[in-house]
Amino acid sequence: MTTPVSANSTPPLGSSFDHAAAASGRSLWHLAWLRLKRNRAAVAAAIILGLIGLMVIFGPLLSQYDYATPHWERISAPPSMETGHFFGTDSIGRDQFVRTMYGGRMSLMVGLVATGVALVIGVAWGAIAGFAGGRVDNVMMRIVDILYALPFMFLVILLMVVFGRNILLIFVAIGSYIWLDMARIVRGQTLSLRQKEFVEAAEALGVRSWVIIWRHIVPNLLGIVAVYVTLTVPKVILVESFLSFLGLGVQEPGTSWGALVNAGAQDMEFAPWGLFFPAAFLAATLFCLNFLGDGLRDALDPKDR
Amino acid sequence: MLPRYILKRLLGAIPTLLILITIAFFLIRIAPGGPFDEDKALPPEIMANLEAKYNLDQPLVIQYFLYLGSVARGDLGPSFQYSDFTVNELIAEGFPVSIRLGVSALFLALLFGVLIGTIAAWRQNSRLDYALMGSAMTGIAIPNFVLAPILILLFAVYAGWLPAGGWGGGAARNMVLPVIALALPYMAYVARLTRGSMVETLRSDFVRTARAKGLPEWKILGKHSLKVALLPVVSYLGPAAAAIITGSVVIEQIFGLPGMGRYFVQGALNRDYTLVMGVVIVIGLLIVVFNLIVDIIYALIDPRIRYE
Repeated sequence: MTTPVSANSTPPLGSSFDHAAAASGRSLWHLAWLRLKRNRAAVAAAIILGLIGLMVIFGPLLSQYDYATPHWERISAPPSMETGHFFGTDSIGRDQFVRTMYGGRMSLMVGLVATGVALVIGVAWGAIAGFAGGRVDNVMMRIVDILYALPFMFLVILLMVVFGRNILLIFVAIGSYIWLDMARIVRGQTLSLRQKEFVEAAEALGVRSWVIIWRHIVPNLLGIVAVYVTLTVPKVILVESFLSFLGLGVQEPGTSWGALVNAGAQDMEFAPWGLFFPAAFLAATLFCLNFLGDGLRDALDPKDR
Repeated sequence: MLPRYILKRLLGAIPTLLILITIAFFLIRIAPGGPFDEDKALPPEIMANLEAKYNLDQPLVIQYFLYLGSVARGDLGPSFQYSDFTVNELIAEGFPVSIRLGVSALFLALLFGVLIGTIAAWRQNSRLDYALMGSAMTGIAIPNFVLAPILILLFAVYAGWLPAGGWGGGAARNMVLPVIALALPYMAYVARLTRGSMVETLRSDFVRTARAKGLPEWKILGKHSLKVALLPVVSYLGPAAAAIITGSVVIEQIFGLPGMGRYFVQGALNRDYTLVMGVVIVIGLLIVVFNLIVDIIYALIDPRIRYE
């Protein structure tokens, strides 16, 4: 996945080095990109992810059916090209292909939005704690520790049961739990960045703390954050699927991959395609995201330069 | 030193548990509906009597402190849904099932995960390594609620070797599929962790020395390297245990096992306040105790870490 950061926004070793690096086109990001391109597994994963993304967005246009209309005369029909039910139909005759694409939209959207929530909270929390240090750091990280020790899945289940299945609530609930890891990682990284000369120089020049965090700390965190984001999205998709599987996620007739797997598992003895297609899409997406995250981590690892 | 450390850690967990109880208590109480909602509304006098019996007519804050008091005495209260049972009795019934499932899965995941990871690291970048790590990645990508129905379909429905579900009085036959379904994703994760740290350890100086001394390969791997390489795996045990406890909610439901997870979801749906709270407290305690055990193990195998 590309990162929207230009070469000159990341001064790894002070600005004179940076000019030389930009001139020869070998910045951290450029090198990382070159290394990522050489990693065939990661490139393949990115391409497959792109295809899945295109499919879930445009796939429903290929079908004459919509995701909500039941066809009572074609209940649990097997996949067939003639009828246009490419993935068959479900237990009330809805087109499984369109539903799988729709479920994919939902799963991917939950993954991206909740990761976005986690990203904003986690980076802000971690960077402030790491930069401020001392008592502020202590209190902030103690809060993270306490939240970390809670069995969060159970509280999320409780939340869904209590307030009904609300898609907005899913985003908030998952995002508000998954940021803890992000905060810890960002804090650790900030602590080490804080010791670097360019931060010291900025402090000596009297640059305000907020500006230092925003202009100098956060851009240097992007590498580790990018890796972490690609590894968080599959985690979130998994949590949403888990909730949907328990019947607590998205509400009918809307759907997600987890909800489809749940429905498919109930009829698998006579209609295995209902389980197979959503499960395959879910697994392929998680697989590719994990591969891509690993590739990114290797590509951004400065030890391998 | 150790008993003091344990005591300190357990005392330190009290605020965490208190926060957990508070969040869960008020979360479920502000929910619409109550434990005595039926299709046909109960006559108001009976409703009033019931509520008085369970202190539900008191203000919420009073109820909260009453509840905290009884929890401190180890009494989790009566269940609303299973009216002849106390929550303690229900949990005493479900706890062994969940624990057996969880501990077996954790053990399986550790044993095979470490074994596979070590073999892959030993034959680094060989075909065997790629095959093992490829399957591990697949194992991570397939969630256990997808895996479980597939396993049932293959081994119970088509092959007919194992039962598709049910507890069967705790028979080993009934445990095989649930344990495997629960363990596989974590086994895969442990394998990847082990391989990663093993690869690094095998490059270190003391391994080179051991090789130079002419030690047999199994001794280098099993005795010298593994001890160092296992550290990241041990620190993953805490999160893994929490994840396995969560995962067992789904597995118990798919296989129809009478564990705690089933009580939790059922209890939440039926607004069985005390039952839900009881399960949350027991799980919170379990995680605290498990993290403590992990930290003690960690200090035992890494002499650089001391109890503080």
